[in-house]
Order: sequence, then C-alpha cells, then structure tokens
Amino acid sequence: MFGPGDDVLVKNDWPERRGPAHIRTPYYVRGVRGKVVRHLGDFPNPEDLAFGRPADARPLYHVAFDRHAIWQEPAGDDELLVEIFGHWLERP
Amino acid sequence: MSILDTESERLLAAVRDLLAQKGIASATEIADRIAVTDAANPGQGARMVAKAWVDPAYRARMLQDGTKAAEEVGIPMRGMPPLGVLEDTADQHNLVVCTLCSCYPRAVLGYPPFWYKSSAYRARAVRDPRGLLASEWKTVIPATVKLRVVDSTADYRWMVLPLRPAGTDGWTEAQLAGIVREGDMIGVTIPAVR
Repeated sequence: MFGPGDDVLVKNDWPERRGPAHIRTPYYVRGVRGKVVRHLGDFPNPEDLAFGRPADARPLYHVAFDRHAIWQEPAGDDELLVEIFGHWLERP
Repeated sequence: MSILDTESERLLAAVRDLLAQKGIASATEIADRIAVTDAANPGQGARMVAKAWVDPAYRARMLQDGTKAAEEVGIPMRGMPPLGVLEDTADQHNLVVCTLCSCYPRAVLGYPPFWYKSSAYRARAVRDPRGLLASEWKTVIPATVKLRVVDSTADYRWMVLPLRPAGTDGWTEAQLAGIVREGDMIGVTIPAVR
C-alpha cells in the first residue's frame, strides 16, 4: 500500500505487446516518477474485468506528475493527476 | 430499409431478451436507466456548484464525497461510478480529460459535449493545456495560477467546482446556477456574469 506523499515510479511495462489487454494506465506516464496524492478506494481489476474473468479488488491511487517529467516543454509548475492502480506502481 | 431492420437493432433486441431471460436486467430496469441517463444534464451539476457557493457546509461535504452531495440535492447516483469534485482556488485551476476514451461525470453533467471525445482534445489537454484553452475557448489561465489536468483514467468520475465570479453578491442559488455552464464544470471555461 502507498500513502499520500509517497514517491512512486509507474512500471515501464507494455502488456499490449504480449497479447490482448485492457490497461487503464496511459502510455505517457509509463516509466515516469510521480507522487501519491491519495488512495481513492479499491476497485475490481479492469484488466480482468474487461475479459469477463474473476477480478479481485485492487487499490486505486490518485498520482500527481510534474508535467516537466513527461514532456520537456516549459509548463511552470503545472501538474497532471492520474488514477493509477497499485499494481502499476513501484517504489523508485 | 427501416432502422428497425438494421443489424445493430436486431443485436440490441437479442441482448435485451437474453438479459431478461437470464434475470440480469428486466425491460423495466433498462427503461428506467435510459430515462435517468437521458434526464441528466449540466443543470444538475450547476445546482451543486451554486449550492456550494452559498453554503460552506455543503461545499465541504461536496469536496469530501461528490456522490453523497449529488444525492443530497436529488440527483440519482445509484449504480453510477463514484463522483469526485476538484476545487478551483485562487492558486489552482482544474481541467478534466479522459485520454483513454470518454469517462465523464454523466450523472451530474449528462452526455459529454462532442469535442470531449475527440482525439484532438484528449491529446492537447495533457500536452498543451494552456494553449488548448486559450486557442479554443479564449480561456487564459494566468501564469501565477497552477494548472492541474486531471486525466480520468479509471473508476472515478470528476467534475470541477469553479470559483464564484465577481459581481454575484447577494444572488440566489437559482440565479447562480443559471450562469454555470457545462464547460465551467469541465474546466475549459470560467463562470462569468454576462
């Protein structure tokens, strides 16, 4: 489990390359560092749900990303806030 | 050929029959859900925003739990994804997008505007949000205000609670609700007295 303020790294994984997949983690944050804002709740894993498989509840987090970390363009301190499942997050 | 003879209509009828036969959803339940979906419109979210502007206790409850706050003003939320509310402040502006598809707080805003699902909006909202808002909506976010883009990627749905505009002192809730537009609750526009 992660808590508010934890530094996290989104897994640089590409299940789409290995076969049919339904992934809710956007491409642009894979392999990018962010910070957990809060735990939003636990929800059935969409990666199983989409294929009609039994889906266990997984923690879902709101993770903030500095826009500089994703695109090297001037953006002040603008940020992106993205919902990401716990199994996509690692400790950097 | 009549529209009732199309493949998609026959497929829909078959799925409805199967749902009823298997006891998953009756024709009445499906009709009820269609009625609730069709009735949802931006006026519902606007009522929540207006109430939050005049009632600090409601505002606090709305930021804590959008679903409960919607139910409190009579908006049906049963079976809907949880609703989160993003608070604009003098220092921070929120913009909602779903880069993966079209996640949208339909229970409180109704069907999304056509551009919300466009590839252009989805791509530009995360890559160049300030440029997008300025060029398409003439919404200029001051450099001193942080822009937070909320990508609605999973199980929550998000709406923006915008700042109450100047020039509305003493207004009633109904008057205030009347100036809150769909775009204000997505974050592409800012409420204004016109």
